[in-house]
Amino acid sequence: MTENYTALYEQHKKAGASFTDFGGWQMPLKYNSELAEHHAVRTAAGLFDLSHMGEVWVTGPQAAAFLDYALAGKLSAVAVGKAKYSLICDADGGIIDDLITYRRADDRYLVVPNAGNAAVVAAALRDRAAGFDVVVEDASAETSLIAMQGPKAQAILLELVPADQHALVTELKYYAAVEAGVAVNGSVQDLLIARTGYTGEDGFEIYIPNVDAPALWEALLAAGEEHGLIPAGLAARDSLRLEAGMPLYGNELSRHVNAYAAGLGPVVSLAKESDFVGKEALAAIKAAGVGSTVGQKLVGLKGTGRRAARAHYPVLQDGTLVGEVTSGQPSPTLGYPVAMAYVAVEHSAPGTVLDIDLRGKPERFEVVELPFYKRNK
Amino acid sequence: MSKVVAELKYSAEHEWVAVDGSGPAGIGISAVAADALGDIVYVDLPEVGSTVTAGETCGEVESTKSVSDLYAPVTGEVTEINDGVVSDPALINTDPYGAGWLFKVAVTEEGPLMSAEEYAAANGGEL
Repeated sequence: MTENYTALYEQHKKAGASFTDFGGWQMPLKYNSELAEHHAVRTAAGLFDLSHMGEVWVTGPQAAAFLDYALAGKLSAVAVGKAKYSLICDADGGIIDDLITYRRADDRYLVVPNAGNAAVVAAALRDRAAGFDVVVEDASAETSLIAMQGPKAQAILLELVPADQHALVTELKYYAAVEAGVAVNGSVQDLLIARTGYTGEDGFEIYIPNVDAPALWEALLAAGEEHGLIPAGLAARDSLRLEAGMPLYGNELSRHVNAYAAGLGPVVSLAKESDFVGKEALAAIKAAGVGSTVGQKLVGLKGTGRRAARAHYPVLQDGTLVGEVTSGQPSPTLGYPVAMAYVAVEHSAPGTVLDIDLRGKPERFEVVELPFYKRNK
Repeated sequence: MSKVVAELKYSAEHEWVAVDGSGPAGIGISAVAADALGDIVYVDLPEVGSTVTAGETCGEVESTKSVSDLYAPVTGEVTEINDGVVSDPALINTDPYGAGWLFKVAVTEEGPLMSAEEYAAANGGEL
């Protein structure tokens, strides 16, 4: 498999990162201690290289109508400057990717697919654009993405933003984006800054051309040093999003999973006037009660002992198989094992006690509401 | 940090053995193994009084990301376990050759063991 490297690879190497393959990219797994990186995000801030993710621009007079058709949500209802979490589904309702889309203008949207799905999503969007007055442009190869997440993220970012633009950042709401000046490489560049993230903390995702990414990375680390900012890798990213109850494509979501089982029913807009890919299948799935009265649903599980459940471990009720774990590990912030699993709906109510087969030994877990962790606002 | 300690012997599965005269030998995992595992959060050790057999699994070491089997580098009876690492598994990361020791065995037979130089050579470590 060809390995891709982001524009920040040298920075990660210099910082002593250990690398892992993710979606065909060599990405930092951790720099020193994934626990220290996790805790930094919850108490100060962490800096993530997300340049492996995709960036697909959708532009044209029918951009909104096109996305209403191509995605499961009502993208035409998103106000300019706002963002929406959505799904791109196939015709039988299976999930091709979960992604965030930013509306930058009436006729211009930025769609951000996961790294492993970027090419497939760009291709699907191009296919689905047939008949719409719209241009689909995959800018992933030229675009880097740096995320800074944690309670100190705003204070750190403001150090790089001219004073007369501070309000653009301080007034930026969650799931919104703005273009603001950021001091990089000796000049102030207008960069797209989104107040979105995958950690459960406040934070920003900053889109920047590859050539300027190293300078921005180093400028943020320098500004953030006194605030406790450290670079954070994919190991910490995974433990943070799990605590925040967020699904990971490939674990909780896949082509074999539908939105209703995954608890993402609200993301699907069956009521929007337009047809969309997967509408018929999803309507039938919803009508059948999948994820509520029938089939399986995604739940949170809290360990009562010290040992953690891991992906694919069987979930049992009185010795009978009732589900399977999708993600699990010890929660660094909460101090107990946490897991997500698909479980038969009749055993999915919060408070239900189940056993997870931990490498041959059953261990008690309790169904709890997601998310496991919520930040104080 | 010196990753490999000169006086110990090592198994291919990254355990170290500290022979202490005719007394029970101390057993732990190497810094190489601890680094590869990442932050260790749980350790499952054999029981005192049980017999471990060289080359067979005798416990588990679990990090945030994964679980690894512990292989007994020697055969013999377990005489003592380190309660310190049971309550604070992070000791294995911070001091794998010292406070992070795992258990002690009255050795009746050694499994295949390498010298520190051989282990270092096999693992790209300095001595």
